[in-house]
Amino acid sequence: MDATVARTGTEGKTWGGGSRSPLKASYGKMMMWYFITSDALTFSAFLAAYGFSRFKFLDEWPIADEVFNHFPFLHGVDAPMYYVALMTFILIFSSVTMVLAVDAGHQLKKGKVTTYLFLTIIGGLIFVGSQAWEWKNFISGEYGAVETANGHILHFVDGEGERVGLEKIATPIEGARTEHAGNNGLWFVDEPSTMPSYSLEEVKKGFKANEDILVRTHVLNEDNSKTRKILSREESLEIINNNAVGVVEGANLTHNEYGPPLFADFFFFITGFHGFHVFTGVLINIIIFINVVLGTYEKRKSYEMVEKVGLYWHFVDLVWVFVFTFFYLV
Amino acid sequence: MAHEATHEHKSASKRIWTVFGILSVVTIAEVILGIFRPEWLTETTLLYMSLLNWIFILLTIYKAYYITWAFMHMEHETKGLRRSVVWTVIFLIAYLVFILLTEGDYIYEVYKNGHIAWDF
Repeated sequence: MDATVARTGTEGKTWGGGSRSPLKASYGKMMMWYFITSDALTFSAFLAAYGFSRFKFLDEWPIADEVFNHFPFLHGVDAPMYYVALMTFILIFSSVTMVLAVDAGHQLKKGKVTTYLFLTIIGGLIFVGSQAWEWKNFISGEYGAVETANGHILHFVDGEGERVGLEKIATPIEGARTEHAGNNGLWFVDEPSTMPSYSLEEVKKGFKANEDILVRTHVLNEDNSKTRKILSREESLEIINNNAVGVVEGANLTHNEYGPPLFADFFFFITGFHGFHVFTGVLINIIIFINVVLGTYEKRKSYEMVEKVGLYWHFVDLVWVFVFTFFYLV
Repeated sequence: MAHEATHEHKSASKRIWTVFGILSVVTIAEVILGIFRPEWLTETTLLYMSLLNWIFILLTIYKAYYITWAFMHMEHETKGLRRSVVWTVIFLIAYLVFILLTEGDYIYEVYKNGHIAWDF
């Protein structure tokens, strides 16, 4: 045997082959690290693509503080960032309980591992729930807007520059649109929920009647203040009458009342993919939790499995730190 | 490895809470900056980006460092494992981000200064 293998002079040393493992990590843990590496590259590709689109539409990209400004039980209060900051804390804290569980596992304390892992699962569930709430607000929108022929968004503001909702502008026109009723066709089909509450004609008519409402465009003011240009009353009337093609309320994959549809697409895709990771993380944690309770790792005298899922869980937290920065802060 | 780990991790909870403190303070600082957006930070530009955005990105990397090193125990892994993960990721991300952002900015310039009107 030896005759066919060239001698390298490293036999018995770190890189000498054989049964020594140079990285001194178990197979499972090492492979979890490399999975995380590849997953990190996937996420960074998404975020880099987001950056690409954002740079492409730099001026009309929505300001996060205007988009995500809801907080539970505070209706109509402008609360930018508070909710997402709370979500960040929940996730960081569930990371802490996870690392405490790993730590307790090293000391073979089954009771402590159980408690901390349980808290981690609860934290993860709260986080996924919060994300669903954030999506709900984003999908239903707040003020509504009008879209132009090439996809730009026009917002309505009053004399002071405060946003005005469509419901305060639009004048209902009798018979402008007929709601679907069960007796005129398929009784099991509901009114499509993607349909805006007002037609463009109703908004146009109401806009003409409300003298003090102005249009805010997607164009940035030139004074570098990141505020958007508000048109004069004449310009507003002209753009609404000639360029507007539709009413947008909230956001979906093709229309977005806050700005370019790409913003909504990336928001749904990146936070959705992250939420999917949190969800699977919770599932894996539950499986490991059951094993801990059953005493599987107690019998093994090693809680390394908790450490491995812990790595995945921390990675989910790590990704959120970046999503938080690039979606909400920068 | 296992007995080594038990040895090292005897009083790891102190380190965990310290790191949690650091992460919390940094997050709170980010949120406060994000809400108030001080004008002198948003209006000073350094390398195509406002100073505020640079602060956010640096604080994020600072947080990422603590999560990876302390929570994921990267500080206890061997040099080989650490480098094979961290260097790979940093190199590829820096490369991708550089290329995509440069390209995005180029298209922005074309839309803005090109001879074909696209805002109709």
